[in-house]
Amino acid sequence: LQSVRGQLAALSIAAVVIIVGVPLWWRTTETYRAWLPVSQIKELAKLQLHLSADVEVVFARGTVTPEQQKKVPLTQTQNMEHRVDGDSFNAILTPMRLSNSASVEADLSLHTLSESPSGSLVVYVIPESSSLLPQNVDVYIGQRRTALLRIGSQMRVGKTLEQLLAHMEPRIKQVLHVMSFSHTDITAALSNRVRISPGNKESIADSMRAFKSSPGYEITFSLLNPDPKSHRLHWDIEGAVETYIQPLLTKLSPVANFSIDSQTLYYAMLGVNPRFDSSRSTYTLNADSLAHVINPVEARLGSNAASSNPVLNFLLYIPDAHHSPLYIHDHKKQQVPTNAFHSPRWGGIMVYNVNEFYEVDTVFPVDINIDMAKVMGVFLAQLRLLLGVQSSTPPPGFLVAPCGNAGLADWELDRLMWSRSVENIATATTTITSLAQLLDQIGNIVINDNIAQQVSSAVTSLQLAVSELEAGNLGFALQYSKEAILSSERAFFDPSLLHLLYFPDDQKFAIYIPLFLPMCVPILLSLLKIVSEARQKHREKKPKKD
Amino acid sequence: MYFLLVYMYIKNHVYMFPDLLGCHGKCRRYLFCCFQDRAGQFFSSGHTNNWAVLVCTSRFWFNYRHVANTLSVYRSVKRLGIPDSHIVLMLADDMACNHRNPKPATVFSHKNMELNVYGDDVEVDYRGYEVTVENFLRILTGRLPPSTPRSKRLLSDDRSNILIYLTGHGGNGFLKFQDSEEISNVELADAFEQMWQKRRYNELLFIIDTCQGASMYERFYSPNLMALASSQVGEDSLSHQPDLAIGVHLMDRYTFYLLEFLEDIHPASKTNMNDLFKVCPKSQCVSTPGHRTDLFLRDPGSVLITDFFGSVRKVELTMETINLTDPIDAESGELQKEMHTYADQLPVSEIIHQKPKQKDWHPPDGFILGLWTLILLVFFQTYGVKHLKHIF
Repeated sequence: LQSVRGQLAALSIAAVVIIVGVPLWWRTTETYRAWLPVSQIKELAKLQLHLSADVEVVFARGTVTPEQQKKVPLTQTQNMEHRVDGDSFNAILTPMRLSNSASVEADLSLHTLSESPSGSLVVYVIPESSSLLPQNVDVYIGQRRTALLRIGSQMRVGKTLEQLLAHMEPRIKQVLHVMSFSHTDITAALSNRVRISPGNKESIADSMRAFKSSPGYEITFSLLNPDPKSHRLHWDIEGAVETYIQPLLTKLSPVANFSIDSQTLYYAMLGVNPRFDSSRSTYTLNADSLAHVINPVEARLGSNAASSNPVLNFLLYIPDAHHSPLYIHDHKKQQVPTNAFHSPRWGGIMVYNVNEFYEVDTVFPVDINIDMAKVMGVFLAQLRLLLGVQSSTPPPGFLVAPCGNAGLADWELDRLMWSRSVENIATATTTITSLAQLLDQIGNIVINDNIAQQVSSAVTSLQLAVSELEAGNLGFALQYSKEAILSSERAFFDPSLLHLLYFPDDQKFAIYIPLFLPMCVPILLSLLKIVSEARQKHREKKPKKD
Repeated sequence: MYFLLVYMYIKNHVYMFPDLLGCHGKCRRYLFCCFQDRAGQFFSSGHTNNWAVLVCTSRFWFNYRHVANTLSVYRSVKRLGIPDSHIVLMLADDMACNHRNPKPATVFSHKNMELNVYGDDVEVDYRGYEVTVENFLRILTGRLPPSTPRSKRLLSDDRSNILIYLTGHGGNGFLKFQDSEEISNVELADAFEQMWQKRRYNELLFIIDTCQGASMYERFYSPNLMALASSQVGEDSLSHQPDLAIGVHLMDRYTFYLLEFLEDIHPASKTNMNDLFKVCPKSQCVSTPGHRTDLFLRDPGSVLITDFFGSVRKVELTMETINLTDPIDAESGELQKEMHTYADQLPVSEIIHQKPKQKDWHPPDGFILGLWTLILLVFFQTYGVKHLKHIF
């Protein structure tokens, strides 16, 4: 009887361990993984972007004959397919609307008053003999989204409409490349994903110089005064920023947020000793030594500790009285007219000479009011370069209007928006895809609900952005792409995703054996004993039966 | 078995003599542009800024030399131009203000107290118990909580060259942090891969000065990584010289000779990586330093030391300016004489009113289980051995 009780005890313990214990252990040691839309992410990974820009071509009087006028088709779609790196990319559509205008001057004034939607262009084709453009200029690109294109001399009236359209097509494409986007621009924007072959030097320099797309930037203006005993400097930075810089930043607000601050640093020297040029009796800094100027100064510049946004530093250096005037020389020993230089992805430095404000025998310190218009002109140009607004020089025969008071032409903004949207979409897609891959590979990472939610919203925003790009709504596309970037970055950089759970197999054994072996060995042994006893009884019974 | 031995032999030699394999490094096709242009250093390296992550992982007074190692690399890196805002310095213990330091506020690297590497402008970002494997991995991958200040973050981008220096006690495949935890080479390789996925570096130089240091870079698989270690698998890295006044060893051999090598470098020097590989040969170091360059796309002979240890900026002359004609509106300046307001940098009210995080339930650990087993055994022993017979 006692043996039966013992057997029952052993069996019940084994039953409890297997039925209750094992599932309990499994549930308590598994990691919580919320569901991720993996199939949609894989869809997005095969990125197929369709960029469509609305171009309206207006033929002015004198370019087409009246009979041709009636036959001009209303729309014509151009489809340029570009493959970027065989990794399956892009088709670019450009629906062109052709229309006529009897009077181009009236039309122009009408267009300068009204706003074209962003992303669209209007191209006016004017006759060969028109006096609107100077002689050697074939294309004039205006401040708004308009361009004037002079019809070529080969196109005399009398040619057929098809020939005319065929002649116009490559020239309009060229205008489009300058004003909207070109293959190189899109490739540069996709540089994260795409293995670019060494292109020309300019495009590489452009991609290295401009800051990457970021939701916000911080701009810091610093006044460096190494010699406060001689110069008492006054700069109206608030007014200057308000008047000169703020319009540009307001115009750029769909692209990013900007925060501006300013500071004055005293006794901040440049790290390099300028050389004295006796022929011009000035001090000079040549281009090779400029690289060493930035580091000693950077140690003293502060930054806003609360944000992780990239910082653009603009420094205004007033040389001390003993080293005035100070000029920067380029590689050919010529004076640089702006007296300024910039460093890619960092900012710019301008040297402002004040020696003409005082004579040799004036009483130091001298009060000096800095001419902010000149300073801000240079800083604005540097800001445009660093933000990626400027790019390569236009082709020959093109005349580009100066960018006006806001510092940014509408079509330049469009250009920036195109490349930023594509860059954002590409980056967000890469982030989401690599996050999905990472979570797939490492089975031990916990995926919380908020991460899954961020990933889902990123995927939704990406899909919306791609569809808006296809439809040609540039503003919405940029907005959705920004949301996609924010969600994807938040999901990827969530602090809870830390992969600290790498357990090699021998460590797993080392953890579980001391816990489970002392418990399992008695159970197994008792079960074996029960089985052997049962078999023995069975064998004893057998001869009895005979 | 024999094949395995041969393979390991070949693997080791690949890392030390990459030229044997020819185009091994160039066989990967990734984002890269290579120009050897005289007109500017602009295109030769492809990076625009430099970062350094310097980590000392061991604590206690007798590990003085690890702190001195890290501080001497910090000093060189700062001297060659990398600013403090781009250096993340992690020291696991405070040697300069340790009670046993006969010369407080100093950390020497040469005996007879020749060189004080602590200086007076050291900025330690992670100190003492903040130096953990978790924090180190968080810095590398960027997964820091939003309240972390800028100085504690690695804010690199796709054009940053990063120098990572680790020192401490290590073994075959792991590095010990703070005497209580360790980081394995697989975790490190995965962290670098995550950095690559997010393009958080352009090129990365990894230097490790521990025993069996070469095991830590065996598992790397991301592109553009170059690694140096002070000793091979199975060898110990030795320390250099003790100082009798301070009573501990001051530096490790590899870093001592590395510091000597770096003292000759100035921001404009053109020394390249091949010279760095020759630092501390076996005669000086007793252990055999190793390096790994097969994942690196450029030829090490064309990589300058200052590409990683210094911070030479690229500059371009500004040729254009914009003609601004509007005068500054003086009135708007006077109207806005509002008082300065405090800009809320952290959402303080949210933080104060946060609910405490719910801790996950964990099954009882070994101690509790052992205790209960003991109690049960004692119970059975006192109340009847015969009950025990049925179980065992």
